[in-house]
This record gives sequence, C-alpha cells and structure tokens, in this order.
Amino acid sequence: MLRSYINRSVPPILVLLLVVGIHYSITYGVLEPTRRFLLPPPHSIIYEGFFVPKHRDEIFRGLLLTTKVSLIGLGIAYLIGFFTALLMSQAKWIERSLYPWAVFTQTVPILALVPTIGFWFGFDIQARIIVVVIISIFPIVINTLTGLNGASRNLHDLFTLHKASRWTRATKLMIPYALPDMFTGLRTSAGLAIIGSIVGDFFFGRGSPGLGMLLKVYSSRLRTEELLSATFVACLLGVVVFWTFSYLGKRLVGHWSEAWSG
Amino acid sequence: MTDFKIQPIITFSSVSKNFGEISALENINISVNHGEFLALIGPSGCGKSTILRLASGLDSPSSGKIDISTDKVGYVFQDATLMPWRTVRKNVGLLAELEKFDKEIIKKKTDDILELVGLEDFADHYPFALSGGMKMRASLARSLVLDPELFLFDEPFGALDLITRGRLNVELLQLYTSKKFTSLFVTHSVEEALFLSSRVIVFSGRPGKIKGEFEVPFKYPRDTKIRYSSEFAELSGEVGKILEDSS
Repeated sequence: MLRSYINRSVPPILVLLLVVGIHYSITYGVLEPTRRFLLPPPHSIIYEGFFVPKHRDEIFRGLLLTTKVSLIGLGIAYLIGFFTALLMSQAKWIERSLYPWAVFTQTVPILALVPTIGFWFGFDIQARIIVVVIISIFPIVINTLTGLNGASRNLHDLFTLHKASRWTRATKLMIPYALPDMFTGLRTSAGLAIIGSIVGDFFFGRGSPGLGMLLKVYSSRLRTEELLSATFVACLLGVVVFWTFSYLGKRLVGHWSEAWSG
Repeated sequence: MTDFKIQPIITFSSVSKNFGEISALENINISVNHGEFLALIGPSGCGKSTILRLASGLDSPSSGKIDISTDKVGYVFQDATLMPWRTVRKNVGLLAELEKFDKEIIKKKTDDILELVGLEDFADHYPFALSGGMKMRASLARSLVLDPELFLFDEPFGALDLITRGRLNVELLQLYTSKKFTSLFVTHSVEEALFLSSRVIVFSGRPGKIKGEFEVPFKYPRDTKIRYSSEFAELSGEVGKILEDSS
C-alpha cells in the first residue's frame, strides 16, 4: 500500500523538481538581470501571488468566480448533454438530426461567438456560463451516446422478449450501461469547462474579474509574478476538477466497470 | 422412448426467412413435442440461430407459419449477457423483475435457483469476478427463474473450454431431467448434440435446409458414460458424415 503510493508519487515529484531547477537556471543563468522580469524565480512568484494580501485576495476571488462559472456551466452542459444523448438514443432519425449540431458545438470557433454572446447576454456571469456550456457539452453528448448505444443486442433482445417499456429499457439497461462512458465524458468536459470559463472571462474583459480577466490585466501591466501565480492556480483548478471526477467515477462505477476500477 | 405428450409445443410449417437478397432459411418444417430435447446442428451461417429468433418471436418468417402453444419461453445466448453493474443475484432476478413479479417472490425464486445451479456462494459477486462457466450458470439461472416451458439455447457453451463445457452439459441434463422443459438447442458439436438431445436435426450451409434427422435412443436420465459407448460413436459418425456433406 505505502509502497505503491511511493511508486506512484515519486516520479511526478522528481519531474516537478527538475522543472523548478530548469526554471531557476533560466532565471539566473540565461536571463540578464534587466530582462529577469520575463521569468521571475519561483520563490518570488509564490511570494507575490500568495503572500501579498492584495494579490492573494484578488487571485482567490478570481478563482472562486471561475470555479463557480465552470461548475454551473458544466452542470447545465451535463443536463442538456445527457438528455440530448438520451433523446438521440431513442431513434436513429433523431440521432441523425442532432449529431451534426453536436459536432458544430465542438468545431465552432468560440472566439468568433464571444462578441455575439456578449451582445445578447451582457458580459457578466450568464454570458460566461453560456460559453462554458458551448465549450463543454460535446464530450458529454458523444460519450453518453456511445454508452447508451453500447449495450449488447442480446440484452436488448431479452428486454424485447419480456415486453419491457421504453422507460424500463432506458432505466434498467441503457443508462446503467452508459455510466462509465458518461463519467469519461464528464471528466473531459470538466477540464474544458474551466478553459471555457477562463476564455470567456478573458475576452469579455468586463464585469467581475475571474481568473481570465486577471490574466489579462496582469499581462497588460507586465506583472509577471502575479501572471504566473494566476496561471498556476488555473492549472491547479483543472487538475483538482479532473481528480474529483476521476474519484467520483471510481466510487460510483469502479466496483463493476473495468475501465474505472484499479 | 421417453414419455412425450404427443402434442407439439411449437411447429414450423414451410418456414423461409430472407434478409434482403440473402436467403437464410428455406422451407423448414419442424415439429417439437412437449418435453422433447431437440438439437439443431449445422455449419456456421446456416440459419440455426435464426430459427431460435423466429421461435421466440424476435423475428418473423418471410413465408410459412409458426405455431407456438406457450408464452413461457426462455432464451440463452452464446455469451452470458449478464449486466456487469448487477450482482449475480440481481442478474438472476432480472427477467422476473421485467415481468413485474413481487419483490419477495423474486427473492425467493432467485435464492432457490441460485442454489440449484450452485451459485449461492457467489450471489453477491459482480459478474467480472466469475469464471466463464459460472457466468453461463448465472445466465441459465436467469431464465430458469421464470420456469420456462420452452427453452431456446443458442450455442450456450460454445465459448467455454472443453472441461467446463462437459460439466455444464451434465448439469443441463440434470436440470432437463428434473424440470422437463422442452429444449431447442443449437450447437456446432456433434457430441454435445447427441449427449443432450432426444432428436438431432442436421442443417446444410446457406441457405439453411434440413439435411437429415436422427433419433437419439439413449434413455434419460443419462449416464455420462454413454459418450464412450460404441452406439454413441456409431451415431456420431453418421451425423458427422451428413454434416460434412452438407457444408
């Protein structure tokens, strides 16, 4: 137990140390003192971002707002995505009608839509949530649909033989079968939701500041320390969300799904 | 011979089945009596499985007529088709659940059947923890819960190793001898067909037609030793020969 824990955690920590080492050697070895603002050393990034109260509060509030927007957006994307997939699984013609539009949400250049969304919905939280929904809905729809369509023909035959209703077939066969794939979709979408929330924030550039807007402000003021702190926090948020959904998937379907066990 | 009620439980009259341009079955006439164990044997793709799908009503014939006098039909597939998210017990109870039986009754029936097939100790395991043979027993048990009068077997043991397959053959015979359900059993194995059934029908390759029919004279309950008798070997040779000519 302890051993496997060590085996799993030591290599990534070594990579981290290596990266920190490279970071220091670039700051002090490569950059001239006058150009050192391009890559301040790790300790001053940590100090400026997390120990100066003004910056810390700014980043923390930004993090809270970004998290909130991401999670609300992800929740809405999940509800819409799940029911869209369920609808698509009920008849081939529905699937054929909706599939291209699901792909469309994935291929649309979100930046092109941002001005329109701002125009219609303002620049505050609901507009950002809409960006999150658009950016994160596709993996939920596609993975859930794959799962819903994945149960074996023989199992479907058994349900047919015993005259199961559409509802029974969906709730006792298709939805349980889809759960592992659904969690795969959710985990992917969770990462995208954070990206969406930061991107929306960054380009709307108005309203209360989330991490995206902070990144913009810091970079325009050449505040490299805060910029990198905020970037780090954004990355950390992504990792935490990914882990959370991995954990949820493992807890909820890991006891029977090979994809989620271990 | 055994004491069949001479009254068919299912009759195929000049049944043909096409899938688009392809003719899968041609002019099939079969009558299966109550309590009979009928084996269907033939090369791959000869439409044996289609016969079971037609018998169960999952498909309908392109022409001809099927008369069936029971609605208590059990269907066992080549793979166990268990639901991985349900424990063995919940899997075995599935069909009873679909038939909206009372919870208490489902529990009682499930427990009885689990004991009958020797899975009572694995009732709370998930399918991934079971061996192939145990999965198949669970699959059989799932249908047995509803006490079918007609059992359709679509090569149920085809994917198992020979030792497990032999053991499950014996167990199936015991179940058949005690429960007396009628069986339509599709298989690729001559030995399995002769060991289990009271009658064997041999099919030709596509389109599937009936090539030959054999009465199997061994009395139930059967001893596993019949497989090593000269009579068995002789019959097996005859069936094998027709099978070879037909493929």
